[in-house]
Amino acid sequence: MDDKIFSKEEWEKALEGLKDSHRIFVPVKEGDYHTFARLSEENRPDFDFQNTRLSPKSLILPQSERMFDYSLDEKSEEAHILKEATKESSPQVIVGLRPCDALAIQLVNINFDNPEYRDPWWVRGIESTTSVGLGCNEPCATCFCSSTGGGPFNEKGLDVLLYDLGDNFFVRSLSPKGESLLEKVQGGKSADGSAKEEAEKLSASALEKITSKVPTDQLRGKNVNALFDAPFWDEVAFSCINCGTCTYLCPTCWCFDIQDEVLGKEGDRLRNWDSCMFPLFTYHGSGHNPREKKVQRVRQRFMHKLKYYVDKYETGVACVGCGRCVQHCPVNIDIREVFELANGL
Amino acid sequence: MENPYLPYPVRIKEIITETEDRNLKTFHFEFIHPEDEEKFVYTPGQFAELSVAGQGEIPIGIASSPTEKGSVMFTVNRVGAVTTYLHNMKPGETMGIRGPLGNWYPWEEMEGKNVVIIGGGFAFTTLRSSIIYMIQPENRSKFKDITVVYGARSPGMLLYREELTQWEQRDDIDMHITVDATEDPDWKYNVGFVPTITEEKITSADNAVALVCGPPIMIKFTQPVLEKLGFPPEKIILSLEMRMKCGIGICGRCNIGDQYVCKEGPVFSLAQLKELPQEY
Ligand SMILES: Cc1cc2nc3c(=O)[nH]c(=O)nc-3n(C[C@H](O)[C@H](O)[C@H](O)COP(=O)(O)OP(=O)(O)OC[C@H]3O[C@@H](n4cnc5c(N)ncnc54)[C@H](O)[C@@H]3O)c2cc1C
Ligand code: SF4
Ligand code: SF4
Ligand code: FES
Repeated sequence: MDDKIFSKEEWEKALEGLKDSHRIFVPVKEGDYHTFARLSEENRPDFDFQNTRLSPKSLILPQSERMFDYSLDEKSEEAHILKEATKESSPQVIVGLRPCDALAIQLVNINFDNPEYRDPWWVRGIESTTSVGLGCNEPCATCFCSSTGGGPFNEKGLDVLLYDLGDNFFVRSLSPKGESLLEKVQGGKSADGSAKEEAEKLSASALEKITSKVPTDQLRGKNVNALFDAPFWDEVAFSCINCGTCTYLCPTCWCFDIQDEVLGKEGDRLRNWDSCMFPLFTYHGSGHNPREKKVQRVRQRFMHKLKYYVDKYETGVACVGCGRCVQHCPVNIDIREVFELANGL
Repeated sequence: MENPYLPYPVRIKEIITETEDRNLKTFHFEFIHPEDEEKFVYTPGQFAELSVAGQGEIPIGIASSPTEKGSVMFTVNRVGAVTTYLHNMKPGETMGIRGPLGNWYPWEEMEGKNVVIIGGGFAFTTLRSSIIYMIQPENRSKFKDITVVYGARSPGMLLYREELTQWEQRDDIDMHITVDATEDPDWKYNVGFVPTITEEKITSADNAVALVCGPPIMIKFTQPVLEKLGFPPEKIILSLEMRMKCGIGICGRCNIGDQYVCKEGPVFSLAQLKELPQEY
């Protein structure tokens, strides 16, 4: 499909037009930050942002998700038998996600959809989602996506990519899913050569604006136990207060807990985001805890991103350089410094 | 799409209190749908998630052998929320089993070899499964000598006592039952810790594989004994425990280095463990 040009008003109208057949999620301003919310009368899209504070991961892996429900009523034939909870699976479109976050969903996908097991909720979430990315004209100071296999206009994991050309969006389809979405969209016109040129220029200049760089490809060859036993972990972890902000915001953190909740005679089995930063995460019923110390938990978070994931899937790191953990950590722990320390070992 | 989190509905067929402190009970379950039993194909060493609606799920080693048809068996130590609830359940009640999960003991590699089984406390469950499996007439000839060292704190804390007595009487399995201490004058078996009895009774590592399950302290002191006997780390097989939820390598909870104990484990050789961070 040819690249298209939409004026920004036209684009907003086009999204409105999709609302009946799709659940549309857009960046919405909420206080000082942006967040993804379902397009509605109240939730108006605002594409003037650097990145949402929360990554869009919750649109595929909700922070709390019902897995099963059941009855505990002894009179019921089906008492105590779990049934898959019914869930909205109509097509959804995430509009305006950043390329780093789209790449993150791809990195996490190997975990939820692998040759041995397919997580049904995740797989359905991915299948029903069309991702319309928005390139970053002005990457922030903590972005280091070009070091982690991405870039401000990276196309991996996206079905459509938007280029913000000021008054207009330059719209490029990147996949069959993207094509079929754009076919349903009203308005816009074919982009001419000069618009294409402008888009290419934008992408090149954005890449140049990324000043934060750190090599992330040197860890595959290192010995896992040498990194694990490295002397720098105490120093890295020293000021951490184990608040879990980093894992909560990180688009590549996926760990979850499974819990049962009962109200009266009805119950649900749910999964909820969890964090390796919390001591309970690994606490055995017997009282033994293999990661009872803070330094062990901090090390786990970084080792997972920098080394375990890399070794397990023989791929790049499980970090897309979005910079959220760097920006929001209350004690300024910076994953880029951890990369440097690990590289130096 | 198959839902790997969905338990098979089962009914509790029988509950047996195993130990004098009443903290260990054995549960026999039968599948409510016979076709589920056919799908639940397991190998000794694997575990399953026992699921109680309204309470949660717990990973428990499968104590029955796949050769025992009609029900599956688990032995559960009472420690926290779900295990305590389970201990108060009654035969006839409905719950769920999800699995089988994880890997198993290296059965192919063990064929044609002497098998040394070393167990302590309630971690004897999947070892029971293994013994039952090996002594079946159709399997026994696949293995050479079978030697078992099994210990508990006291005679009343041993699991599966009737079966232990039966195995004692067989001549195709060499049993060494032991207790840490006892005041019972009629106690006919060994007194001493598992590592000590292992050192006394196991004489050779020739052509042998050792399966070791027990509390961390027992494993810690048994390891050097086996190494001294000449067992190379590849031939010392351990089953590990980590806090678990999904049991299928997805929820991210149970890793040691890049291995998820629920999926790539729980069975590892000592050689494999030496390559991994010591964090378990
Ligand atoms: C592979 C494997 C095999 C096991 N086999 C047996 C067995 O045969 N018999 C037996 O009695 N116990 C076994 N355990 C330990 C058993 O799973 C825990 O004792 C049990 O989960 C505690 O649950 P709880 O709800 O009573 O405790 P709580 O402390 O209330 O725990 C809450 C939840 O945390 C998780 N959890 C807590 N402790 C553990 C733990 N040690 N391992 C895994 N998950 C945990 C469970 O999801 C549990 O429901 C095994 C563990 C593993 C990993
Ligand atoms: S955000 Fe910072 S302080 Fe909070 S858990 Fe993460 S590293 Fe520690
Ligand atoms: S580790 Fe930090 S920089 Fe990397 S993807 Fe997660 S939040 Fe972004
Ligand atoms: S228990 Fe979920 S990954 Fe092992």
